[in-house]
Amino acid sequence: MPHAGRSARREGPTLESVHVALLELQDFRSYRAAEITFDPGISVLRGRNGEGKTNLAEAIGYLAAQNSHRVATDAPLVRHGAARAILRGGVVRADRRALLEIEINPGKANRARLNRSPLPRARELLGILRTVLFAPEDLALVKGDPGERRRFLDELLTARAPRFAGVRADYDRVLKQRNALLKSAAAHRRPPGAEMLATLEVWDTHLAKAGAELLAARLDLTAALRPLAAKAYAAVAQPGGDAPDAADAVDAVETVETVDGASPGTDGTGATGPWIADLTYRSSLEGVELSTDRGKLADALREGMERARRQELDRGVSLVGPHRDELSLTLAGLPTRGYASQGESWSFALALRLAAFELLRADGDDPVLILDDVFAELDAGRRRRLAGLVAPAEQVIITAAVPDDVPVELSGAAYDVAGGAVTRVR
Amino acid sequence: MYEGVVQNLIDELGRLPGVGPKSAQRIAFHLLAADPADVSRLTEALKEVKDKVRFCRTCGNVAEAEECRVCRDARRDPHVICVVEEPKDVVAIEKTREFRGRYHVLGGAISPIEGVGPEDLRIKELMTRLADGTITELILATDPNLEGEATATYLARLVKPMGITVTRLASGLPVGGDLEYADEVTLGRAFEGRRLLDV
Repeated sequence: MPHAGRSARREGPTLESVHVALLELQDFRSYRAAEITFDPGISVLRGRNGEGKTNLAEAIGYLAAQNSHRVATDAPLVRHGAARAILRGGVVRADRRALLEIEINPGKANRARLNRSPLPRARELLGILRTVLFAPEDLALVKGDPGERRRFLDELLTARAPRFAGVRADYDRVLKQRNALLKSAAAHRRPPGAEMLATLEVWDTHLAKAGAELLAARLDLTAALRPLAAKAYAAVAQPGGDAPDAADAVDAVETVETVDGASPGTDGTGATGPWIADLTYRSSLEGVELSTDRGKLADALREGMERARRQELDRGVSLVGPHRDELSLTLAGLPTRGYASQGESWSFALALRLAAFELLRADGDDPVLILDDVFAELDAGRRRRLAGLVAPAEQVIITAAVPDDVPVELSGAAYDVAGGAVTRVR
Repeated sequence: MYEGVVQNLIDELGRLPGVGPKSAQRIAFHLLAADPADVSRLTEALKEVKDKVRFCRTCGNVAEAEECRVCRDARRDPHVICVVEEPKDVVAIEKTREFRGRYHVLGGAISPIEGVGPEDLRIKELMTRLADGTITELILATDPNLEGEATATYLARLVKPMGITVTRLASGLPVGGDLEYADEVTLGRAFEGRRLLDV
C-alpha cells in the first residue's frame, strides 16, 4: 500500500486528499467515447505518439481549469464532425464523491453540472478539482514571451481563488473597450477633442480599478511563489545531491527565512550557485513603488496612463497595465532569456510548476499532478529528481510514449492507449 | 427552403432580436394558420408603431405626441431626473411606482467597440435640461455592466461640477434570494455598497 504510506508521512490535519477516480470523454478530441477509472497514487498512460495520451491529460486539466494547455480556443477540443464535447470527472475528496460534467460548446457558453444538477455558470465548477499540469509546452514559460508567464500567474490565481476568472475577464473587457477608443482616435490622425479625452479618462478609471485588483493579486502571488520556486529549482537542478521532498523543501525555506529574514537568491550569504533561481514581478509602471494596496495601485495606474497619454494616442493601444507586465526569471542574477541553457530552462519551468503545486497544497488540498510527456524532455538526473519530488503527491497521472523514460520511482498502475481506447494493464 | 413568400417571412422574423431560425419558422407557420383578422390586427399594429410613435423631444422616451406621458404629467417632481439607457428601462422603473421624478433616455451606453461615443447618446439634450437650475438630483440608472458603469462615470464627471447631486442605483443582492446563491461579483458589490443599519 504505497499510497497509505505516502499520506501518513506528511499530512497535516488540514490537508484534504483529492483524486480523480473516473474520467469520461464524449466527442473530445480523437475520442468518440472513452471511460477510464483511476486509483490514488501513480497512473501511467502509455502509447505511441498520436494515440491520444495527451488528450486525456488535457481533459483532466480542462475539468479543473476550463482551459486547455495546448490551445487558446475550444473548437479543436471537439471531435471533428461533432457539435459538442462532453467531459465527466468523478472526483473523490476526503471520501466524498463529486461528479463534474462540462459540455464544451465552441463559440457558445459551456454548460456545467455538478452531481447532475445544472449550474448557472460553468465557472462555478472551478476549484472543485485542482490540477498542476507539466507539459512539453512549459518550456515556453521560460523561453517564451511575457504573455506565457502572465498566463501562468493568472491561471494559478484562478486555481487558488476562482473569482479571479471574473476579475481577469472584467479587465480584458475594459482593455478591449479602451483599445477600441484609442484605435479610433489614432485613426483620425488629428489632436483628440475634449470629449474624446473625457471619455478616455472614464476608461482610465475603469482600467485602473480592474487593473489594480489583478496587479495586487499578482504581486501577492509572486511574493508567495518566490521562495518555493527557488527551493524547487535547487531540488531539480542541483546535481548530485539527493532531491529533498518538496514538502520538506517548504519547511527548509521557512527555516531560512526565520533565520535571516531574506529569501534565497537575494540574501547574498554565499547562496550564489548557478541554481539560485529568482522571480521578480516587473510592472509597466516603471519607477513606481508597488504596494499591494489596491487604492494606491489604482492611483498609480491612472497616473501612469496620464503620462503615457500621448504615446497611447499615437499608437492606438493601451501601454500601461497588468497586460504589459512581466514576471522576470533570473538564475544567479542573470536573466534566463538569453543566458540559461536548455537544461536550466527546463529546470526552471519544472520549478515554477512545482512551486505552484506547493502553493496550492498549502491552501489545504492536494492538487492532482499531471505529467504530460515531460520525461522525454529531461536528462536522467532531472528525471530522477523530478520523480522524487512528485512521487509523494496524492495522485500523479503520467503520459509517456516510451515507458522506459518514466523513472522506476514512478511505477504504478499502467494503461495502454491505442486506437481510441484505453485499457488498464496493471 | 420554402416557397418564396413564406421564406421571406421567415427571413424577416429571423432578423428580430432573440428570434433564431427555428423560432422564426414556428412563428411563420403560426401566422399562416392564424385567423386573418388576428394577422391584420398585427400588421396594423406594426404599421401604427412606425407611423405614430415618436420620441419625446424632452426625454427621448417613446411618445405618441411631442412629449411623452411622464414629461406631460404635471404631478411629477421636476427636480429629479433619472437617466436610463433605453425606453424599456423607463417601463421597468415605472412599474416600481417608487420614482416620482422625470426621465432621460440616452439611447444606449458608451461602447467604443460598437463605435458608440458620448456624442452618439442624448447627452447634449440632458445638459440643456440641467442648465436652468431646476434639477437638484440626477439618478444614474444605466445598466450595471461595464458599458453602463462607464457611461455613469462619464456623466457623473460632467455633471458634478454643476453642483447637482449625482446618485447611482445600488447594486447588490436580489430581494427574497438566498445569500449562498449570489455569484461572487454580486456579493462583492453588495459588500462594497453595505450601509449602516438604523435601529
